[in-house]
Amino acid sequence: MSGGVDSAVAAARAVEAGHEVTGVHLALSKNPQSFRTGARGCCTVEDSRDARRAADVIGIPFYIWDLAERFHADVVDDFVSEYAAGRTPNPCLRCNEKIKFSAVLDKALALGFDAVCTGHYARIVQHSNGARELHRAVDPAKDQSYVLGVLDAEQLARALFPLGDSLKTDVRAEADRRGLAVADKPDSHDICFIADGDTRRFLAERLGTETGPIVDTTGAVVGSHSGAYGFTIGQRKGLRIGDPAGDGRPRYVLDISPVTNTVTVGTTEELAVTEVSGSHPRWCGPVDAEEFECLVQMRAHGEPVPAAVRYDVEQGVVTAQLSSPARGIAPGQTAVLYDGTRVIGSATISATRRATEQAGTRAGH
Amino acid sequence: MTYLDHAATTPLHPDAVAAITEQYMRVGNANSLHGSGRAARRVVEESREALAESLGARPSHVVFTGGGTEADNLAVKGLYWARRAADARRTRILAPKIEHHAVLDTLHWLAEHEGASIDWVPVDAHGRVHPAALDEAIRRGPGPQSVALVTVMWANNEVGTVQPVLDLVAVAHAHDLPIHSDAVQAFGHLPVDFTASGLDAMTVTAHKIGGPIGVGALLLDRKAELTPLLHGGGQERDVRSGTLDTPAIAGFAAAATAAVRERDQEAKRLAQLRDLLIDEVLDAVPDAVLSGDPDRGPEARLPGIAHFCFPGCEGDSLLLLLDAQGIECSTGSACSAGIAQPSHVLLAMGVPSQLARCSLRFSLGRTSTTEDVETLVEALPAVVDRARSAGLS
Repeated sequence: MSGGVDSAVAAARAVEAGHEVTGVHLALSKNPQSFRTGARGCCTVEDSRDARRAADVIGIPFYIWDLAERFHADVVDDFVSEYAAGRTPNPCLRCNEKIKFSAVLDKALALGFDAVCTGHYARIVQHSNGARELHRAVDPAKDQSYVLGVLDAEQLARALFPLGDSLKTDVRAEADRRGLAVADKPDSHDICFIADGDTRRFLAERLGTETGPIVDTTGAVVGSHSGAYGFTIGQRKGLRIGDPAGDGRPRYVLDISPVTNTVTVGTTEELAVTEVSGSHPRWCGPVDAEEFECLVQMRAHGEPVPAAVRYDVEQGVVTAQLSSPARGIAPGQTAVLYDGTRVIGSATISATRRATEQAGTRAGH
Repeated sequence: MTYLDHAATTPLHPDAVAAITEQYMRVGNANSLHGSGRAARRVVEESREALAESLGARPSHVVFTGGGTEADNLAVKGLYWARRAADARRTRILAPKIEHHAVLDTLHWLAEHEGASIDWVPVDAHGRVHPAALDEAIRRGPGPQSVALVTVMWANNEVGTVQPVLDLVAVAHAHDLPIHSDAVQAFGHLPVDFTASGLDAMTVTAHKIGGPIGVGALLLDRKAELTPLLHGGGQERDVRSGTLDTPAIAGFAAAATAAVRERDQEAKRLAQLRDLLIDEVLDAVPDAVLSGDPDRGPEARLPGIAHFCFPGCEGDSLLLLLDAQGIECSTGSACSAGIAQPSHVLLAMGVPSQLARCSLRFSLGRTSTTEDVETLVEALPAVVDRARSAGLS
């Protein structure tokens, strides 16, 4: 229970469904702030009080589990080192995979619990043969199946998502009806461990600010920057390079190379990606074919793109040939594969191929 | 429900309920001069006399406060400020690291904001301060003239170790130093005689002995000089301001009188029950480690506290699993933002920090029965197995 409205209502619904429920708030920060600043974060003392109060209203026991060390090692350090390597990670997926449905689930199972229930907006469809599928939520604006795409069948078997069939507005109304004071609490955004939302400064404090060149695709230097990790592929704003080619066309970040501290920029055509390949595949259920057609989503709220997928079981590599080019695709992002609303699985993007590139050449990392 | 957390707070004694209820029906500020005020004043003063009698003190020793934490703050800060004001060299405070947070955090605050330097007096593996160690600590560095005060708790709230208070007072007084003791856990369970102890200041609180929460007292020798924390009406000897809580004070006095009246018999009963608990727990979980003094006599241990470490089990996990079965106890250590920290008491006793996280305190009181112990012992082996498989996160 984060202290927000979703996990509070999820807990209340789990109780009503007949489960024996215990509320758990995760302490993820070694030095929790006393109060929230703005709508961000879920790790302040005030949030844990909100969670405790919700548990009181629901009438369930409540405990705080200190997972700060695990969270720091598995999520925060990973986030920083991924950026240092020029990749753009999504820490929420990492947290679901390594913390909520691993560290928390393992401890819960050992203590005699059967499942972890969260306020994620996603649906689990259980077939008569017991097989469970992960599906998109009913509320398209709140759907969080993307950040759960890293869960394997074993983790899914122990997951409960009571909010998947509801609209967020209904969840808020229900919280209000149940007397949960968090009903009006604003949604949390961004990355919970970056309290002020300033990712660039967070990274600068940890990775330093080393000036490096901004180059175009011919290698010509068109500007300079203070720290390559501060950029995201597809980024247009904040480059401060004027109009290098004199053609009046905007330039976008195409590539980030942390080894040479170089940022490469190019046109929107050059940004378009037609193929992505990914490692660290995670499957939400059995995958019986090595080649299949499906939808690929590459950002939390990105458009799903039809693709032809090849899964090299031996190498553990998933390659998706996109039916239409996608922009702003960065290594480190997760490609989640969907069959309609069903999540098939996911892979972490390790390389992309641009539409303008010759066959066989790749922007790899 | 099996309540094994009497050291946290214990049910109200029926005498206290009666006294409080009677006073709640009345109006009257003990400082008003009219009839209702005089009636309230009479209740306060009779309560003061009763409390003093139960503590071997004079009524004029008793300064009512809003609880143990306030009394500890008043004693430690008040003595420090007054002593330093009289002689600027007096900035050292001597204390063991096993003190309750009400004293410990006050010391840290004085060190951070008021130029105090804290000299920690070592404790042995049982959590006991030896008079020779206190003497050595006083003589250290710039010596006794640089010491503002000494503070040593009477009995420890986590592991139950009783301190040789009289001997420690003798050491402090040999150097002409004032000494305070937090007797919150000792009062009601051990013979606590303020005058005989020779202490300059002593903290007690109502809710650990069957009185209401939110009232306590600092017993203060009449020679002790003390700078107040709260300024206002100066109701309590000009040392503590604030309208006196007549019903709570009446309840405190009733509980104190009852506790002392029943103490010998009750302490013996609790000690037997605690011995049963210790023996059965060690029998049911052979690798459990009893904390504190292996000597179970009343001069060594509090009669109502049994504290263990269960290797490989997170204290929090044990607590959660027992709570789920209606068995209520405590890990014994304080929380920081709800996150359990390894107990500072165990760490001071030299317990490795890994083992210090595996602690659980069972504390008995007036309503405890053999059945409570049996319920615990029956549930414990499976709970320990489960907590162990969950491991230390």
